Amino acid sequence: MLHVEDLHKSFDDFKAVNGAHLTVEKGQLVAVIGPNGAGKTTLFNLIAGQLQPNAGKILLNDEDISKLPPHVICRKGIARSFQIANVFHRLSVFRNVQVSVLSQQKLSDKLFQPAARLAVEETHRILESIGLLDKKMDVAGSLSHGDKRILEIAIALGNEPDLLILDEPTAGMSPEETTTTMGLIQRLAREQGLTILFCEHDMEVVFGTAQSIMVMQAGRTIVQDEPEIVRQNSEVQQAYLGGDDA
Amino acid sequence: MGNMIRQKSFGVSAGLFLILLLAPSFLPRFYIYFLAVIFVTALLAMSLNLCVGHGMLFQFHHGVFYGVGAYTTGLLLAKTSLPWWLAFVAGPLAAAFAGLLIGMFCIRLSRLYFGMLQISLGSLIWAIAFRWYGLTGGDDGIHGIPIPDFIASTTGAYYFVLIILGICLVLLYLIIKSPFGSTLQAIRDNPERCAAVGINVRRHQLKAIVIATFFGGVAGVLFVVVEGSIFPDLLFWTLSLEIFIMCLLGGWFTFAGPILGAAFIVSLRTFVGTYTEYWTLILGIILILLIFFLPEGVMGYNYRKLFRSRTKYATASQAE
Repeated sequence: MLHVEDLHKSFDDFKAVNGAHLTVEKGQLVAVIGPNGAGKTTLFNLIAGQLQPNAGKILLNDEDISKLPPHVICRKGIARSFQIANVFHRLSVFRNVQVSVLSQQKLSDKLFQPAARLAVEETHRILESIGLLDKKMDVAGSLSHGDKRILEIAIALGNEPDLLILDEPTAGMSPEETTTTMGLIQRLAREQGLTILFCEHDMEVVFGTAQSIMVMQAGRTIVQDEPEIVRQNSEVQQAYLGGDDA
Repeated sequence: MGNMIRQKSFGVSAGLFLILLLAPSFLPRFYIYFLAVIFVTALLAMSLNLCVGHGMLFQFHHGVFYGVGAYTTGLLLAKTSLPWWLAFVAGPLAAAFAGLLIGMFCIRLSRLYFGMLQISLGSLIWAIAFRWYGLTGGDDGIHGIPIPDFIASTTGAYYFVLIILGICLVLLYLIIKSPFGSTLQAIRDNPERCAAVGINVRRHQLKAIVIATFFGGVAGVLFVVVEGSIFPDLLFWTLSLEIFIMCLLGGWFTFAGPILGAAFIVSLRTFVGTYTEYWTLILGIILILLIFFLPEGVMGYNYRKLFRSRTKYATASQAE
């Protein structure tokens, strides 16, 4: 469903992404790994339209989306979360998710209907599935870091995406929170048939959950394959896993 | 919980509106005029706050749209034989059109740059009003504009302004509570995230500017009704700064805060201004205190204090 071909992006002289390749098939849980500065976040920003590539193609169902702005890409079925907790901090948890549900239902421009009565069921369903229903009246800015990250996923779900991109969904979480969150992501993938692309530092997490792993180093794709094959790859072991078996 | 707050503020507003309806029967004429000026300014500040408080758009020269509304209606009344209601409708529409034109340029820039460009473009319109003697009367403006009989008296103008203000406040309230307003507040908090959920951020902001400038134009029309004159100071940037301060002072993240700010500054100008032309000095000191002690404005503070124990909302803008 998503094919990234030979993608390049540089900032001044720094080549952040320098030959990235990625394939995501429908229904897959795909992970991108690589050391800090390997270009994972830049790659996600390129796919979701926050940045535009210097060269290369991003094909979503055979359509090149590499030149489109973020809101158009979102309409085409890609929703994402950000690495730093990126929520609407003055709005309630309910409102946070409702904003994206309203956008999805093309109601964002309605002027004189009370928002409090629109898209309520759908918003509640998402909050329930993600376990934030009891906090729906809290101001998002007052949530714990872990809850903010979960809320981010909930906001992305409001767009009913075909492809959900999660940029280090467990960054800054405690080990328990990490386990819960990864469980949640796997459950979402299973129950809602979501295709998920994520990047993650924790090797155990990645090899335990992903069906396909893409390894990046210095902006370049080293390999993308099933976890067992990636684990055996000598270049990966040398470059990233330090020769050790992860 | 949200309901209790809403019922309480609805009760207070309804009571206040009733008192204001009866005011001409017991207040001297000067105070009726004074209240009408507050209403006009309050509507102007409320329209600005749609951009500033709910959209975090630094609309630094909102006074221009007030002026465009006032000049359009004033000129049509004074120089043409068009029916009065057509002149009244034309004012806000002209203001909204000016808002669209200026907004289209400004919206490409962010934050402070947005504000700076708006001051420059707005000053162009001020210069036109100031220099085009043949049409606008230049720095003298136009006085003695013929106002329709039924609102020509102070009391008539007062009721007209009060009723239009009431209607506009209801409309603004509905807009802020609508999906449009909700999305605007989300853009305020995080434009990047908003784009990522499928919102065309710039288009949405531009719509907010057009709506805000429309209501700014309505305030301009009401000014003509109350004063019967127009002059270039209406479009001068110092007035824009004053209404910006009204929003900050009253509480820019609240719904009714700007009304409070407008009432306060108009009172200060009217009463302290008669003793000394340096009344802005007092305003300056108050502003310094405000920044240190009430960064979210009087209403913002009040809201927290009153409702902290009952609700987890940070400000009124989240009230369900």
